[in-house]
Amino acid sequence: MVLASGANGGSHIATLLVELGAILLALGILGRIARWLHVPVVPLYLVAGLFFGQGGLLSLSASQEFLRVSADIGVVLLLVMLGLEYSADELKSSLRTQAPIGLVDGVLNALPGAALALLAGWGPLAAVALGGVTWVSSSGVIAKMLSDLGRLGNRETPAVLGVLVMEDLMMALYLPLLTALLAGGGTGSVLIAIVVAVATVSVVIVLATRFGTHVTKLVGTEDRESLLLGVLGLTLLVAGIADQLKVSAAVGAFLVGIAVSGTVAENAVELLAPLRDLFAAVFFVTFGLSTSAGTLLPVLPLALGLTVVTAATKFATGYLAARRTGVKRRGRWRAGLALIPRGEFSVVIAALAVSAGVDARLGPLTAAYVLVTILLAAAVQKLPNRLAAARQRRSAAAPELV
Amino acid sequence: MSLRVENRVLPGIGVCQELELHDGRRVGIVTRRDGHRDFVIYDEDGDGAAETVTLNEKEADVIAELLGAPQLVNRLADLQRSVKEVETEQLPIPSSSPYAGRPLGDTQARTRTGASIVAVLRDGSTHASPGPDFRLEAGDLVVTVGTREALDQVARILDGTSPPGTG
Repeated sequence: MVLASGANGGSHIATLLVELGAILLALGILGRIARWLHVPVVPLYLVAGLFFGQGGLLSLSASQEFLRVSADIGVVLLLVMLGLEYSADELKSSLRTQAPIGLVDGVLNALPGAALALLAGWGPLAAVALGGVTWVSSSGVIAKMLSDLGRLGNRETPAVLGVLVMEDLMMALYLPLLTALLAGGGTGSVLIAIVVAVATVSVVIVLATRFGTHVTKLVGTEDRESLLLGVLGLTLLVAGIADQLKVSAAVGAFLVGIAVSGTVAENAVELLAPLRDLFAAVFFVTFGLSTSAGTLLPVLPLALGLTVVTAATKFATGYLAARRTGVKRRGRWRAGLALIPRGEFSVVIAALAVSAGVDARLGPLTAAYVLVTILLAAAVQKLPNRLAAARQRRSAAAPELV
Repeated sequence: MSLRVENRVLPGIGVCQELELHDGRRVGIVTRRDGHRDFVIYDEDGDGAAETVTLNEKEADVIAELLGAPQLVNRLADLQRSVKEVETEQLPIPSSSPYAGRPLGDTQARTRTGASIVAVLRDGSTHASPGPDFRLEAGDLVVTVGTREALDQVARILDGTSPPGTG
């Protein structure tokens, strides 16, 4: 089903609408399939993008520019929603209690990715990027998974969420660092970017805890329409300024999300969620579109190897995090396995790197890696409880000696 | 006897409150920011959920009311024991009552008898501190606090045996 592209000039808008409609319709069907299969929809979006991308089944013409802009907005919305979901107090207390495990998490999980990029000879920039890709677990996929499995009340769940919060916070420092490195500045500009990022993040967290109500008042209103426009406008504005300052648009959006609090944040989450779903879906598909399916096979062995190693390191992170909070062994296993899926952040990092001209294989590698980690995680989640149940059955079936 | 409730913050999701019951089993309630609640029964290991029931906001409200309604009445009964001469009674609104379908204020119960109407029980749910424009319905139980004499007067007003507007 090749769509007529570059038809007579007057029908540009028609082609755009047809292409866009076809893509969204296809994504809607994928969403249903994901629901039916009980898997997260993100990997399906990536795969769809891969198969319809360059050299794929569909050649897009008119909608390309629109898709690119939508993808950027998708990243901004993903991050502002993440910020809205955390309160500044939660971030501060996580920082106080979870800092050691955050450090362990970063070292254990970023190093394998970085090492692979160096061994493959892709250069130091790719190493920094791939380190980020393997470091960050997907808070979106994991929160959904814990909720679906009915594990929100479990003792190990605060430890799992604590690791995720630390990673998301660390992204506020990592993304500006990556952006500065990719921009090709010297040591000086990289240092400046980091100092600016650390300063901005600290200032925003302090401001949000002390004066969060003022920022909230700025956009807070009873009227749903003006609230939507206000929050969205403020987010895009700050994201744009942050991008101009080379602190990365994503981080600007994240900080806006943190600064807005209380019931305004709750209402904003409700209003922005459908927009986030739309634009984030476009982001994931566009990421897939930018790499062709043919490049996927050569990197598949790398992706599988990386998954084996970083699933193990993530498991160790979760196990340790749960042990710190006094959870018994089965809970530690659950915590370790829960942290395996990588997702939106890995794709954001890879997209940043590839668009800045880092080794193009990073794109398909990340797509395959995210896909495999999510599928692996989905397959092993119920293992700890099943094994425990089997052990119980065995001991119950054993003949009584008395 | 007060129970120890353990609080756990779930960043980005809400809060989990866990407690141990008299028989040693543990249960927990997850209150999510979006209004959903999870009712959790812990497994023998103590760390994980054996069973989780997710309730939407409406379901959680109804269950809270079912669990909370007798509690309100018990508290009032306690109050009554501690303050002599003041009693609590649940007075029915029969379908023949002149106030079925009329606002509570019309009864002028407090002005005429000195007794206070502190809650109305309807279909298993509790409407605490009803205002004067709260509309009574046949079948309601009106929780009233006052002296024995005042309670008898209110009962007569509500079932229509005391003429309205006099007394």
